[in-house]
Amino acid sequence: MLLRHTSKEVKVREGLTINPAKTCQPIGAMYAALGIHGCLPHSHGSQGCCSYHRSTLTRHYKEPVMAATSSFTEGASVFGGQANLLAAIETIFSVYDPDIIAVHSTCLSETIGDDLQQITKKASDDGKIPEGKYVIYASTPSFIGSHITGYANMVTGMAEQFTVSTGEKKNQVNIIAGWMEPSDMREIKRLSKELGVNIVLFPDTSDVLDAPQTGKHEFYPKGGTTVAELRSTGDSLSSLALGCVSAEPAAIALEKKCKVPFTTLDMPIGLSATDRFIMALSQAGGVSVPDTVTADRGRLVDVIADMEQYLYGKKVALFGDPDQIIPLTEFLLDLNMKPLHIVSGTPGQRFEKRMREILDARSPETNFKNGLGADMFLMHQWMKNEPVDLLIGNTYGKYIARDEDIPFIRFGFPILDRIGHSYFPSVGYSGGLRLVEKILSVLMDRQDRDALEEKFELVM
Amino acid sequence: MEANIHFPDPSKVREELIQKYPAKVAKKRAKSIIVNDPETIPEVQANVRTVPGIITQRGCSYAGCKGVVLGPTRDIVNIVHGPIGCSFYAWLTRRNQTRTESLMDENYIPYCFSTDMQEENIIFGGEKKLKLAIQEAYDLFHPKSIAIFSTCPVGLIGDDVHAASKEMREKFGDCNVFGFSCEGYRGVSQSAGHHIANNGVFKHMVGRNNTPSVGKFKLNLLGEYNIGGDAFEIERIFDKVGITLVSSFSGNSTVSQIENAHTADLNVILCHRSINYMGDMMETKYGIPWMKVNFVGAESTAKSLRKIAEYFGDEELKAKVEEVIAEEAPKVKAVIDEILPRTTGKTAMLFVGGSRAHHYQDLFTELGMTTVAAGYEFAHRDDYEGRHVLPGIKIDADSKNIEELKVVPDPELYNPRKTEAELEALKEKGLEINGYDGMMKQMTKKSLVVDDLSHYESEKLIEIYKPDIFCAGIKEKYVVQKMGVPLKQLHSYDYGGPYTGFEGAVNFYRDIDRMVNNPVWKLIKAPWEKVEADSLEACYVTQ
Repeated sequence: MLLRHTSKEVKVREGLTINPAKTCQPIGAMYAALGIHGCLPHSHGSQGCCSYHRSTLTRHYKEPVMAATSSFTEGASVFGGQANLLAAIETIFSVYDPDIIAVHSTCLSETIGDDLQQITKKASDDGKIPEGKYVIYASTPSFIGSHITGYANMVTGMAEQFTVSTGEKKNQVNIIAGWMEPSDMREIKRLSKELGVNIVLFPDTSDVLDAPQTGKHEFYPKGGTTVAELRSTGDSLSSLALGCVSAEPAAIALEKKCKVPFTTLDMPIGLSATDRFIMALSQAGGVSVPDTVTADRGRLVDVIADMEQYLYGKKVALFGDPDQIIPLTEFLLDLNMKPLHIVSGTPGQRFEKRMREILDARSPETNFKNGLGADMFLMHQWMKNEPVDLLIGNTYGKYIARDEDIPFIRFGFPILDRIGHSYFPSVGYSGGLRLVEKILSVLMDRQDRDALEEKFELVM
Repeated sequence: MEANIHFPDPSKVREELIQKYPAKVAKKRAKSIIVNDPETIPEVQANVRTVPGIITQRGCSYAGCKGVVLGPTRDIVNIVHGPIGCSFYAWLTRRNQTRTESLMDENYIPYCFSTDMQEENIIFGGEKKLKLAIQEAYDLFHPKSIAIFSTCPVGLIGDDVHAASKEMREKFGDCNVFGFSCEGYRGVSQSAGHHIANNGVFKHMVGRNNTPSVGKFKLNLLGEYNIGGDAFEIERIFDKVGITLVSSFSGNSTVSQIENAHTADLNVILCHRSINYMGDMMETKYGIPWMKVNFVGAESTAKSLRKIAEYFGDEELKAKVEEVIAEEAPKVKAVIDEILPRTTGKTAMLFVGGSRAHHYQDLFTELGMTTVAAGYEFAHRDDYEGRHVLPGIKIDADSKNIEELKVVPDPELYNPRKTEAELEALKEKGLEINGYDGMMKQMTKKSLVVDDLSHYESEKLIEIYKPDIFCAGIKEKYVVQKMGVPLKQLHSYDYGGPYTGFEGAVNFYRDIDRMVNNPVWKLIKAPWEKVEADSLEACYVTQ
């Protein structure tokens, strides 16, 4: 047993987190910043932060992840990191020549009280930012929230610091992506095109973190939301925020700054959430939903109906991030499955409330906990008390799945040991179909593996 | 073989690497980019701060302390005191394999422990939460040891992890709790964390158990972290030869082994950078000499085994070593004979770690490949130039704040394993005790040595040299491969290995052969993208 010290008895813990279902803010900010075209993320802290974030993102995407660091030493930690950041800005523009540097803070620079707004202003005043180039920033203290908070903060930074309102409306809709994969962002763009709605999607990591092999390393790959697009978001008709935790704060900022009205939606994972997204998008763009999309939807419903017997009542344990867990929980309920244990390390009442809305109506007995103490150790203990048929979560779940001998689907962040997430979407009806196929495959493989010889079925 | 390798004019390369930097940065980087001469060994600037904004391979002190040195010992509960990220990123990502004797023996390596500090802990202090976490870990697991690792904010807000550890240690009585001030901002790289870890392990673990170890030839293996099972292969060979491994620092190790390490008669050091402090301190306190060895490469393994046998000076052991080498050699030879024609004449670059960039050159030599450029991520001058430069290394502000333990001979336990005369005699036989010659002596003239290679420099080097393989870590892996050059990860081994000993050498030969000769590198261009000349050539080949 790999997790041989995990006991069945649940004891309340107030000091110790074991096997977290979250990580810290800056990695989210780094991921978000990679979704701006020509942007170099910059970590204002010790070298280790930048190294760890780049390593984790690289393992998840198997792609180059470029980012720089202020390389704090003890001196900088005592006297403040301004000199390091100013030096970094100068070095980066001369050596790596990005259009934008997106600076995020760390627990170190936040603890000593470095003010990114003041330092970037000083860089600008001192002429360290070349003409036509930008330095944006987000405060991302690791001791508040989670990686999802950091993502939201950087996306909010984009909205606050780039957007301008020219007073002239543009026939376009902003779609603010919650933390999703490049494949998902690509699918959102495809769906919008199919509906015939002009959108600005930000951030957009497609064609950045799923770049083709060409024999040349493109330091700034072709993808990412451009500065011009970001600036234009202030003139858009409205915004759709895909995710109440990771996307809504940016939509609020846009509304405040440029009076762009917004609607917050669950991330379009699964049937119902995708339905709501398609409805909202067609309304926002003033278009009707094309038959091709309705047919895609019909195919997903068809598969669910055809295979319902293999899904019914199957108990699921689920861990991960709010904007993915919310619609996935709803989808599992749509599939007539039973989400039994759910944890997420990301805190927040908005998240909790949305989960309760879904669960109270359809599965009030589900164990759900988020924020402090909601870790994988607790979920594993719950599973020992009430076993499940399926585990869904990031790669770290494989240790539990192996020990408890239960089928496992990798979903969320990080996925360190399989590919696919960056190429095949989970959003939209096609994403729903992929999820159902994955769920059915692992459940039916298990049935095949465990069936008595006389009960072994050819046709299923 | 060397004559076939085209070396670009190295001084021109050096100029090209630094020309894009701002003047001050260029001046600084120039001192870390050196054209090698194994006869004179020029000075390399190393272990100095990375310029802010430069995309570096380096990590932090915490990574070196918790991740590298303490991480592989399976029965310590390692609690990271700080916000969640630091513990999360170091969770199982270093591939330290471990093998317990029974299925229920203590093994906390698959677990991640953190105090998950929140804003209120930063403002009002985190010691209370830390003590609570230690208590909860003790109540849940009753481990032999709990180690506490400080992350950046901890040092700044003044939490005293040492006092908290002491208080809890005294409270429990049967659990050794100790702390490390390994905040990420200390020093200039992981290296500071290695030193801090060495100090802590030496102070809090080594020497706690005086039960004499059993065996005729007893040694400790220092600086071996059992990535991909490297330590298992070394253990296999030691078993075969009849050498007793008292303790490993720290691959596949346990607390009780480390506590008993001072009863061994020799320390052999693999990764000089991360563990040399331990060798020196154990020499001073207990009288155990250390010797630099290398188990990466079949010939290096044989050489290291002979050195160990020579140290113990036992004819039976020497004979056994020869017997084992002879027994292992044929399977190595069978593989290298098959592969050598496909790898000979190819070139490699190694920019990684604090010892690996040196050790793995031996394997490339065995493959008939030449190392055209190499450098470390976080090493010091002695790892490049040899320990003779140690007295001349200036202690700068960043090194000064890493504690240097004052070690004196233990009044009861100090027992020099060899007399001065014996050491002198060993030296005359070519056996260097307490010494290391560094990487450069072994590299060819005109090869390039670059410390703390930046991303920009790595792209330039690849453009200029077009190496057949590049060795570095995960952050560099896909950048380099996008350029059409295979990258071998020498931290994680691309999830393969082991690469030590005889079996490891065979694994490495096969992996490198597979990588440099993989047909995928010829599939990058679509047929319609190829220029006419290429397609003509392709037609010619297919005909």
